Amino acid sequence: MSVIATTPKFKENAHAALTDARLQGALSFSRNFTDRRAAAADRLPEFEALRDSARAIKDHTLAHLDLYLAAHEEKVKESGGFVHYAQDADEARRIIVNLCKSFGAKSATKAKSMIAEEIGLNDALEAAGIEPVETDLGEYIIQLRHEAPSHIIAPAIHLTKKDVEEAFRKAHRGLPANRDLSEPEALLAEARAILRAKFLAADVGITGANFLIAETGASVIVTNEGNGDLTQILPKAHIVIASIEKIVPTLEDAAQLLRVLARSATGQDASVYTTFSTGPRRPEDPDGPSAYHVVILDNGRSSMLGGEFEDMLRCIRCGACMNHCPIYQAVGGHAYGWVYPGPMGAVLTPSLIGVAEGGQLPNASTLCGRCEEVCPVRIPLPKMMRHWREREFERRLSPAPLRYGLRFWAFFARRPALYRLATNIAARALNLLGRGKGRLSWAPLAGGWTDYRDLAAPQGATFQSQWRAKSGATK
Amino acid sequence: MSETPADDGSKKDARRKVGLFVTCLVDIMRPTIGFAAVKLLEDAGCRVVVPSQTCCGQPAYNSGDRRTAKDLATQAIDAFEDCDYVVAPSGSCGGMLAAHYPDLFAGEPDMAAKAERFAEKTHELVSFLTDVLHVDKVNARYDGVVGYHDSCAGLRELGVKQQPRRLLASVEGLELVELPEAETCCGFGGLFATKYGELSNAIVSRKAADIGSARVDTVLAGDLGCLLNMAGKLQREGSPIKARHVAEVLAGMGDLPAIGEPSKERRA
Repeated sequence: MSVIATTPKFKENAHAALTDARLQGALSFSRNFTDRRAAAADRLPEFEALRDSARAIKDHTLAHLDLYLAAHEEKVKESGGFVHYAQDADEARRIIVNLCKSFGAKSATKAKSMIAEEIGLNDALEAAGIEPVETDLGEYIIQLRHEAPSHIIAPAIHLTKKDVEEAFRKAHRGLPANRDLSEPEALLAEARAILRAKFLAADVGITGANFLIAETGASVIVTNEGNGDLTQILPKAHIVIASIEKIVPTLEDAAQLLRVLARSATGQDASVYTTFSTGPRRPEDPDGPSAYHVVILDNGRSSMLGGEFEDMLRCIRCGACMNHCPIYQAVGGHAYGWVYPGPMGAVLTPSLIGVAEGGQLPNASTLCGRCEEVCPVRIPLPKMMRHWREREFERRLSPAPLRYGLRFWAFFARRPALYRLATNIAARALNLLGRGKGRLSWAPLAGGWTDYRDLAAPQGATFQSQWRAKSGATK
Repeated sequence: MSETPADDGSKKDARRKVGLFVTCLVDIMRPTIGFAAVKLLEDAGCRVVVPSQTCCGQPAYNSGDRRTAKDLATQAIDAFEDCDYVVAPSGSCGGMLAAHYPDLFAGEPDMAAKAERFAEKTHELVSFLTDVLHVDKVNARYDGVVGYHDSCAGLRELGVKQQPRRLLASVEGLELVELPEAETCCGFGGLFATKYGELSNAIVSRKAADIGSARVDTVLAGDLGCLLNMAGKLQREGSPIKARHVAEVLAGMGDLPAIGEPSKERRA
């Protein structure tokens, strides 16, 4: 087990999030993301066509994944690097910790990586006596707070300026207590000064990868802070940790995907830094690591190939689905209880940790479809959430009241004449119950509704009974 | 004509035969939407029939109960077999009939083909009026400032966006104001609203605030589910804003008590 999941407690988590006034304040960010993405898409006439080609690139790659993985490995070897394959989180941790030990590492700087979160890498490094140093500002903040990221590209989005100031005052001992940290610039300058020393001292730099390019053996990262470059260039060893679906065939393909990635994520035309790294330092290079290792993680993904969840492997981790999700906007990322939140997390989590553990997530959706509408690689997220509900229903994992309720309702719905009779009685009864007010503040079996809102009372006899009473045509 | 036309005064020959899929919510909760749909379709020259029907199966489909969903889909497809068109006053049920039925029978060629044919003749009410029947105005009056909420399935599965706005523009006395978050989900989501009541409430609270910010006295939508949710929240919060189905306003039935309002005789 890499990271302990609290996904089975989604409802409790959501309740805690909804009643946390500070968190609710921090979550009002979402309009920024959605407005910026819309503006970026509007600025680029070929954006929709690019989404189609992004989808096609990923589909093609997934159909030939074995070939492209092998080609990538060849190229990495040619450039003097090494590729390691890890079946699961445990193996990935072991490989990375052993590599760090082989370099005699005391500390490792890290650029933001969701795969590192997925395998719980920081805990493993700490247990081996190696200090992991997160260098993305958001990741650095949550590392100080001993928290998991709440968003895949904006890990500290659940925090306010005040929270960051508190975390810095607590962690950065030895700095004047009366220093002014009220402005973001001051917070940034303080983090930069502290991280600069850590960058220089690190023995190993660990980055994720937005893409691994089979044609050249390069890994690609995008950042807005430049921390990734310092992480991979300064230490003597660079370890890339990425999952199997990060492979793309060519540089041209990566370039196409980059065009939809930043626009979908932050609304930028391109991220501030897009960095390609290919192998260790060559003799003529002025700097760079002397060792280059790529650790490629499966962790259940290969079992998604060829099945109904394969489309999920197209995901390029832009975060647009969560930015546009009414559920995510309401509760933030931590409520989802594992590594990946939002709609992509609701589909991916049960694939990686099992539907028994992660089944709450695909249920906690109105299936409004906005995630699919903005997904740069057009993943049919609502459809796949529904597939998970089907897997759950088949295994009788759905809550009993739901299963029996459906069965009771279906008994009538399959018998039109009986249904007409029963609904007409029910509609009239509820009409009487709401008599005078036109609505109910309480109704049997509808507490989930009436605890929060009124329920309009039926007008009286059903449409079908009225239609038939006035001899309306039925065929 | 081999069949008896609807006995409602409209006697045109060779009219298109439209099967009204009234939807279970309209059937049970607010039949006036069904009668508004009948009026709009007949005014546009259709012959309306209401085949024996229950539910499109969406609650089962979205709960993972594929078998029940298929049974109900088969039942609906058979019931509307001899209709030229199937029309529903709902984007959600319309989306189920037109977008999801074919998916439901993937891998069963005979049924899939049947579902595909059924899907092709199925439409959401307002877009059927504008896109198929080329209706460009209605004869109705509504004195009010209204905001239109784009229900998710109508918008994203069926492309219903400008059609209701176009027809609403022809309603005398009606001023249409765009809601800032018209395309954001209201938090209904069918059974979601009761399964995840607290979360649904958080979303509809935001929707109610959005509607409240927009200087409207009425919110309209094409789906009764969303309307029940929005009306229920607005009323619980004591808001005077009324909720109505777009079909009622287009059919000139905007003087009915709004959703969740007491009927006039009782109030008097």
